[in-house]
Amino acid sequence: MSDPAVVCSRVGKIWATGTERAHEALRAIDLCVDPGEFVVLLGPSGCGKSTLLYLIAGLEEPTAGEIRAHGAPITGPAPDRSLIFQETSLFPWLSVWQNVAFGLSLRGAGKAEQRDSARQVLSRTGLADTIDKRPHELSGGMRQRVAVARALAMRPEVLLMDEPFASLDVQTRAKMQGFLLDVWQESGASVIFVTHHIDEAMALADRVVVLTARPGRIKEIVAIDRPRPRDPFAPEALALRRKLTELLSAEVDRAFAEQENVATAA
Amino acid sequence: MARARLLPARPLLAPPRWQRLAALARRWLPQLLWTVVSVGLFTAIWEILWYVGWADPRLLPPPHVFLSDLTSQARFFNTAQRWQIGVSPDAGPSPWMAVLITILSSTMRVLAGLGLAAIVSVALGVAIRYFRLIEHLTLPTVTLLAPVSPIAWLPVAIFIFGIGNGPAIFMVFIALFFHMTLATITQIDGVNRNYINVARTMGASKPQIYRRVILPAILPGLLVVLRFNLFGAWMVVLIAEATGVGFGLGQVIMMARNTFNPSLVFFTIVVIGLLGFTFDLLMRLIQRRILYWLPNGVGGFVDV
Repeated sequence: MSDPAVVCSRVGKIWATGTERAHEALRAIDLCVDPGEFVVLLGPSGCGKSTLLYLIAGLEEPTAGEIRAHGAPITGPAPDRSLIFQETSLFPWLSVWQNVAFGLSLRGAGKAEQRDSARQVLSRTGLADTIDKRPHELSGGMRQRVAVARALAMRPEVLLMDEPFASLDVQTRAKMQGFLLDVWQESGASVIFVTHHIDEAMALADRVVVLTARPGRIKEIVAIDRPRPRDPFAPEALALRRKLTELLSAEVDRAFAEQENVATAA
Repeated sequence: MARARLLPARPLLAPPRWQRLAALARRWLPQLLWTVVSVGLFTAIWEILWYVGWADPRLLPPPHVFLSDLTSQARFFNTAQRWQIGVSPDAGPSPWMAVLITILSSTMRVLAGLGLAAIVSVALGVAIRYFRLIEHLTLPTVTLLAPVSPIAWLPVAIFIFGIGNGPAIFMVFIALFFHMTLATITQIDGVNRNYINVARTMGASKPQIYRRVILPAILPGLLVVLRFNLFGAWMVVLIAEATGVGFGLGQVIMMARNTFNPSLVFFTIVVIGLLGFTFDLLMRLIQRRILYWLPNGVGGFVDV
């Protein structure tokens, strides 16, 4: 397994190609994610970072370039690349264990096997108590933890996370980051994590990929080589935060300026 | 749910029977009370209008008039097939039996039409979204026929089915079918994309996505659609019955009109109102039983 987990070469995406509403979301993305690496995509809203995640998940096709996972071109969604969404995406009509075992049930596994496997994953992630609950009985943070457990149940090589903690309050979010780091270190999967929070990127990432405003291009890749858990108030953290803030705010300004141009043109 | 949380933690033993009954009464009583107040207010206004002489009792008999002599009202419900040769006009079941038969006949037509329409339109709606060819073949026609008033189908119903249960059930079916098909499509289009994408990343095939994700996801919406269409079914069945099905509540109303009997009209309206109300209540109870996963107040729920 020396192949990189994910390789994007010259990837571009234009939505609604050939129509009046066509707009370019991504341009010439070159990115290589190693097995077990934690990569954070950081950029202003609407810069196409979620689009890149959907392309890697295989839910959408790029209009330019190519994406490979473990050496093979991506042709569609696959269970070894799990996607976790911002909003809860647990099926409300299923109990927690049925949600976690959904992938297994699609392959025709028996009830007992499904429940056993769900119990294993849930106890590994500290959620054993929730096994018979329904999603609406859980808090927002718990629901996202179950969503992570469901993704882990597929034994993914790559975890794709689309601002998974964005709708949680700050304290819960910090807890969830710790939870995610534990899960990541234990599972050995690569993580590609989308956020627009600099603090979140600094707490989690091996490498932070800063994207430009639309169309999204890679502006800079910043490696963070500090052991976790990281002290957000350490001196080197301050320098890093300043650097990321400057990189990001330039792009946020550009995104704003473009929106105003569009508004005056219209 | 929310109310249950306000109670102290559940003891190990189930609460005694009287406590459960009391809890039930606390939930039901206010609702019952307001229903009585609402109906009472409406009745009072009507009675006052009669008392001061604005409502002519020959045209708008107030409730105490048309509800006073129930036995004589029941006499008008005659389910004997009087138009057949050799049947005496006095033949047939007793008046109260006839009321019951009339109510059951209309109810059966409503349920049969509603059930048929629900099954066929959900099946077609899902097929339209599943197979592109079926969409091309059927959706334009469905959309074209959806705005046609059910009244326009009345002659068709009689041409095809003559008289009897057939045309009434057909009328209910045709009045609901197009709307329920379009509603099903709307429900499918409204399914949270995340649910579908999650299933796709877990390797679900298209049939699996429809069966395991889309169908359960649209079920709450479909049950709401069904509930609203229950009222529609009651409206249409009266029209169909008024045109010569033999017997039914619509036929009674039409006879009351022809014999200038406003008391009978209002009496029948009360019967229909009570029936519709009861069936709506039943439907909400069924809804709660099926949609165990929704908290109260979500998806068109009222706290029953």
